Amino acid sequence: MTTAENTASIIAPAGQRLELTDDFAPGEANFIEVKDFRFFYGKKQALHGINLTIPSRKVTAFIGPSGCGKSTLLRNFNRMNELIPGVRHEGDITIHGTSIYDPSVEIIALRRRIGMVFQKSNPFPMSIYENIVYPLRIAGQKSRHVLDETVERALRSAALWDEVKDRLHDSALGLSGGQMQRLCIARAVASRPEILLMDEPCSALDPIATAKVEELITELKKDFTIIIVTHNMQQASRVSELTAFFYLGNLVEFDDTQKIFTNPSNQQTEDYITGRFG
Amino acid sequence: MDGKSITAGSSGALREYRPRPDFFRAGCWIAAGVTVALLGFILGEIVVKAWPAIWKFGFGFLTGIQWSPNRDLYGVLPVLIGTAASSLIALLFALPLGLAIAIFLSENFLPHPIRQTIRFVVELLASIPSVVYGLWGIFLVVPLVQEYGAILAAKLGFLPVFAGPAYGNSLLTASLVLALMVLPTITAISRNALIAVPPTLREASYALGATRWETILGVILPTAAPGIVASTILGLGRAMGETMAIAMLIGNSQRLTWSLLSPSNTLSALLANQFAEAEGIQVSALMYAALLLVLMTLLVNIAGEAVLRRAQRTVVGLK
Amino acid sequence: MTHLSAPAPRNFFTQEGTKTSVLRLFRNRFLTGLCITLALFTLIPLFSIILLVLKNGLPLFSLSLFTQLPPPPGLEEGGFGNAIIGTALMVGIALTLSVPLGVLAAIYITEYAPTSRFAAAVRFVAKLLTGIPSIICGVFAFAVVVMTTRHFSALAGGVALAILTIPTILLTAEQALLGVPNAYREASFGLGATHFQTIFRIVLPDALPAIMTGVMLAVARAAGETAPVLFTALFSQNWIHSLMEPTASLSALIYNFASLPYAYQVKMAWSASLILVTLVTITNIAGQLLFTPKHR
Repeated sequence: MTTAENTASIIAPAGQRLELTDDFAPGEANFIEVKDFRFFYGKKQALHGINLTIPSRKVTAFIGPSGCGKSTLLRNFNRMNELIPGVRHEGDITIHGTSIYDPSVEIIALRRRIGMVFQKSNPFPMSIYENIVYPLRIAGQKSRHVLDETVERALRSAALWDEVKDRLHDSALGLSGGQMQRLCIARAVASRPEILLMDEPCSALDPIATAKVEELITELKKDFTIIIVTHNMQQASRVSELTAFFYLGNLVEFDDTQKIFTNPSNQQTEDYITGRFG
Repeated sequence: MDGKSITAGSSGALREYRPRPDFFRAGCWIAAGVTVALLGFILGEIVVKAWPAIWKFGFGFLTGIQWSPNRDLYGVLPVLIGTAASSLIALLFALPLGLAIAIFLSENFLPHPIRQTIRFVVELLASIPSVVYGLWGIFLVVPLVQEYGAILAAKLGFLPVFAGPAYGNSLLTASLVLALMVLPTITAISRNALIAVPPTLREASYALGATRWETILGVILPTAAPGIVASTILGLGRAMGETMAIAMLIGNSQRLTWSLLSPSNTLSALLANQFAEAEGIQVSALMYAALLLVLMTLLVNIAGEAVLRRAQRTVVGLK
Repeated sequence: MTHLSAPAPRNFFTQEGTKTSVLRLFRNRFLTGLCITLALFTLIPLFSIILLVLKNGLPLFSLSLFTQLPPPPGLEEGGFGNAIIGTALMVGIALTLSVPLGVLAAIYITEYAPTSRFAAAVRFVAKLLTGIPSIICGVFAFAVVVMTTRHFSALAGGVALAILTIPTILLTAEQALLGVPNAYREASFGLGATHFQTIFRIVLPDALPAIMTGVMLAVARAAGETAPVLFTALFSQNWIHSLMEPTASLSALIYNFASLPYAYQVKMAWSASLILVTLVTITNIAGQLLFTPKHR
């Protein structure tokens, strides 16, 4: 696993935009900010005035019953929702102080710096090797040396290297479900994004594979800021440091995971935690 | 804002993304545009070339019964009648047969492999080139029609429809082969319509004690009726546009006649026969005829598609 | 009915009026039989065609059939090498026009702007174009190419065939592209690929087998069409020298030779038919086998 290079502490003077380097920013409290964010699918409002501040290098979990908007919010961080026609937003989301909706921001560049893992693993119908180097290829990287290096690094990060190192050029579709999801994680971190978004990554996996992925998340958070959507509360309490509870498109409570699960401030949160609904 | 992207920064691993116009998208857009324009282009071109004849003959073209290039007489009424007659007779044979096959393919009278074979056979029938049908028709159907037609003319010749003398190359021959060519269209679309009937309807009928055929005739066919009607309309469109087999079998006569056993002609066969050697106003007249053919087939196809779409929507509503 | 006396034992399943039920069952059986008979009846014409094509077309099969020119009437030797080349040439011209046009247009309406009104218009027009009689394609090519260049030519024939094949290629390519799982596109976009990269690197390669199948079927159909080439490329008894002269084709050969009073020419027509029918059968079978959905 690579360790982050130490850069001088990056504190942006007011008004100045931070220039991100390829290296990882050390812990920063206001890494991602959601400001009064509202989101609409056509006429239907899915998110109502969300205010949230997510720090870097930590695992934040979004929990809540189905349809509460947690996946919707997640998919807005890398503007994936804009692939759906007829969507609209109000309010803002900023990363490092810059709005992701700023006209000078290229969506493509944004997505290359944010990794995403989906609920159902979706490796491409190519070899394992080609799957991992895909993000590099689309960024123009051609050097065989760099590609090989990246594949090993990414697969090690995903704890998959030992299992597949002898069959890198076999089809990715021949892997087991759990392996495919770890491959997708490897692919997502191959280009060293700062943020990793995970949308119910374990819901299609068996308990053993789930445990492996959770172990992975605990390792990955040393280098990445991770936001994970999960409907499994035990999982949230196992892997995350912060938890946000959503209900019907509203952010109900956001706090340290321990606090949320042992002594929530909000009655609704407590009802959900204790299984009274959801 | 100094214009740098939020995620600016480069290293050996990643180059910064610079947005470029998507030329490929533009190319695809042009291709799509050309396709849409093609229809207009085809119609426009034909209208332009047909204009001299339209100007000269007007509606008389449609009612005239003489087609003599030598005397500058151009009338397509016999040909229009021939087109209508051959198509309708073909449908007369193709509809019951096609429907029977469609029912056969949608029910499980016989095991799956046999049904798959029949389906394949029907698809193969659809892909055999028109000329080959024509060739086969010349050597198999023409003699048959000549022989049995003579008997028909002898026994029922008092009816204008069977008036002799019986020719081998006649309206009847062409219509029979045309029926074979239109069959796959009717079968395919009707089968889809039958399969689309929700199984719950079938179950309800059986639960009430109906036999298989009572269900088919009483419940399934009526429900699938719009789709079957669509298949007939689209089959009609196909029949009207069919050229080669008809040109080889119909006898190519411009005389107006009511008998099935006499030679006749259709719009498409007329075009096939005369275009190569046409000159001057004759070309324009042929273009006029072509225009009629396009408009007729377009209208029928639009109608057929519309009925098909409605049929599909009705079934969805039943679920 | 009285309760006390035991009623006559009655089987729960018998119906009142057994006569009616016998009639119903009989009608059921009869109709099933009728249906099956009619269905199997369709096999007859097909078998007849294939039988005759084989019987009359096979005897002439030899190498010279492919390497020689058609004989003048009366002579009993020769082949249709020029017709085969002519057909191949014109189908080739047609494909160079229609495949890029059809596939690119299909890409636009499935990947770039699937919900736009423009895309709906393209689909509608493509459907209409499939219904245009093949002879009209010939008429159009006649008007646009033959009349302006004052030549009957292979080019005109190729253009006519292109018009014929564009709509089918567009529609089959559209189906092929729609068959690519959306999960692949999502993954690609999530990784920051542009639209072009996603289409070029992921979607197209995945849809390629199905697209190729569609092209193959279009080829088989175009090779057998006569009406589009009849008065655009006309016919020729010689080898081809240029694109701008009358060109022979298998289908025109069949049409011209079928009604000649010379037995040899007629046999040649049957042999040419055999080639076309074989081509069509093979592509149909290949299409069924290859076009199996290959996604989990």
